[in-house]
Amino acid sequence: MLVYILRRILILIPLVFIISIITFAIIQLPPGDYLTLYIMQLESAGTTVAEEEIEQLKRLFGLDKPMHVQYMIWLRRIVVYRDFGVSFQYQRPVSELLAERVPLTIAVSVATTVFIWVVAVPIGILSATHQYSWLDYFWTFVGFLGLSIPSFLLALIAIWIAFKQFNMSAIGLFSPEYIDAAWSVGKVLDLLMHLWIPVIIIGMTGTASIIRTMRGTLLDELKRQYVVTARSKGLTEVRLLMKYPVRTAINPIISTIGWLLPGIISGEILVSVVMNIPTTGPLLLTALLNQDMYLAGSVVLILSCLTVIGTLLSDILLTWLDPRIRYESLTP
Amino acid sequence: MTEPVATAVQEADVRAEERYYFASQTTLIWWRFRQHRLATIAGPILLILYLFAMFCEFVAPYGPMEEYPDLLQAPPSRIHVRDAEGRWSRPHVYAREGGRNRETFLMEYQEITDTRYPILLFPKGSTYKLWGALPMERHLFGTGQGNPPVFLFGSDRFGQDVFSRVVYGSRISLTIGLLGVLLSFVLGLAIGGVSGYLGGYVDEAIQRIIDLLISIPHIPLWMALAAALPRDWTTIQTYFAITLLLSIVGWAGLARVVRSKLLALREEDFTVAALVAGASQWRIVSRHLLPLFLSYIVVSITLAIPGMILGETALSFIGLGLQPPAVSWGVLLQDAQQIVSVAHHPWLLLPGLFVVLTVLMFNFLGDGLRDAADPYAQ
Repeated sequence: MLVYILRRILILIPLVFIISIITFAIIQLPPGDYLTLYIMQLESAGTTVAEEEIEQLKRLFGLDKPMHVQYMIWLRRIVVYRDFGVSFQYQRPVSELLAERVPLTIAVSVATTVFIWVVAVPIGILSATHQYSWLDYFWTFVGFLGLSIPSFLLALIAIWIAFKQFNMSAIGLFSPEYIDAAWSVGKVLDLLMHLWIPVIIIGMTGTASIIRTMRGTLLDELKRQYVVTARSKGLTEVRLLMKYPVRTAINPIISTIGWLLPGIISGEILVSVVMNIPTTGPLLLTALLNQDMYLAGSVVLILSCLTVIGTLLSDILLTWLDPRIRYESLTP
Repeated sequence: MTEPVATAVQEADVRAEERYYFASQTTLIWWRFRQHRLATIAGPILLILYLFAMFCEFVAPYGPMEEYPDLLQAPPSRIHVRDAEGRWSRPHVYAREGGRNRETFLMEYQEITDTRYPILLFPKGSTYKLWGALPMERHLFGTGQGNPPVFLFGSDRFGQDVFSRVVYGSRISLTIGLLGVLLSFVLGLAIGGVSGYLGGYVDEAIQRIIDLLISIPHIPLWMALAAALPRDWTTIQTYFAITLLLSIVGWAGLARVVRSKLLALREEDFTVAALVAGASQWRIVSRHLLPLFLSYIVVSITLAIPGMILGETALSFIGLGLQPPAVSWGVLLQDAQQIVSVAHHPWLLLPGLFVVLTVLMFNFLGDGLRDAADPYAQ
């Protein structure tokens, strides 16, 4: 088990390495660099910057060095000092901004994952045991609809309803009195009260696909001989279902988190932008619109790493649940 | 007496069975596809949507930039089948007049029921050039030139017909999915092929990159790449750039399917049997592998299109994709970003309906094709 986990973590290293290269490329994409912006800002404020000073600043930021050296400097700063650079737009270290926003993104994503499982697994079981009933058709229909409605459109409709029916101009994550308050039990409860709307909206797409997968795998399991045997031995239907086929059918669901999580994070960004939820979503959008590249790149870096780590955690969870995995080779 | 009937039934059975055994694979796929009722509905609907996109200048009653300053933010036209006295008549609209309410600052319109303006088929309207070449002035429907307009989906803040703009927008929104998937398929085939052919470290590295591209969220990456596009590019340039970056991120899924399907099919019994029987490599690939392989690829391509369409819509919606004056469904939904504007003019959300319809139909079609792809599977 330990060997398996270690090998999984080893695979993670090249992945994170490629992510960091992509991120660095994103930071370098727009014309000009941090320094050009900085100098432009100084000049617009009325300060003239001497040529020597520019050279000095360039050396300070390592901008006079070739690209791969710049990349190493950038990576070293992050790994050793947790220094992601400075946000041009906020005039604050990127790491501070990330510390404010990333926990909320994690909270929303985890809540959405839990929501998807809690809702989709029972519905998948019901759809499989009542195959071709109106229940099955209804959820198939809802599932297809969930797959087809873009999350940001759902978010738009949600705030439209909130505005029309409840005269709320924004849903957000907190009530007005808690927005600037320090963390307390009240604030957490308030967060939970507001969290469910975005969670349902972001979860729609994932729920649809998990219902389909759960239904499919369970239908396969229900045809197996051991189910017939157990039934003929007089096991009650619920006990039979929960003890054997569901346990087997649920394993693929847990391994699907690897492709569920990217969708959740993507959806979370769009929905947060529409509903103005203070997660990394709006932060990324404004950073990109203002070409605040250290901030934007860091958000992409963190989100990608979070997704990969989430996938790793789900893999480890799966080996704990399904002992067969440990003996299989790593490549699928 | 019953014997001839029984043999007739038997004969019919035998004939049906014969038909099954002698049917070509294409016929089998078609039979199986027809059983999926939703998929058979989806095909024609998608065809209609793509015809709309192809002939958008003709289908749209008005041009995308044609402004009606007297009808700003007007709700959808009411189409009457009875006149003011309650007599049945052909579908018609009334002229509308109104303006800004001094107290609520909202636009309000009343119908003037004096004159009926029937909705005509193929009336003359504003002139346009079909596909930028053929000068025409007939439209699919309308009220005729100079008459009060019919706004199926209402109008926006410039007094432009939302329905016409949706129809024009379909040209960009619908083709970007096809083109993007085609590009990622070419990329996937090339890279997947190289990976399988060279093997070794190259294969390993490409597999890791595919793993990565599948396991990281696409939207932030798309956003970052789209933001790097120069702002002063023309619509055409941005269109191709967006298509390209949608496929640069999206090829990995298709590449994985291509590779794994090819590897699996190579090991199949019938491939080995054909090899033992002395068939040439070319014959095995073209007669045995390609037909099976193609059907799987068509399925994955169909199921990948909605993701691309949604990607473009989302990017344009948040302002990082195509920009006005370009017209795409995502650009149209930009108008719906302000909640106050949606609250008072809910018809601005109607372009979203077309996104949902298209994606839903592609999902149905893909589902049906998946069932049909392997006609021998039960």
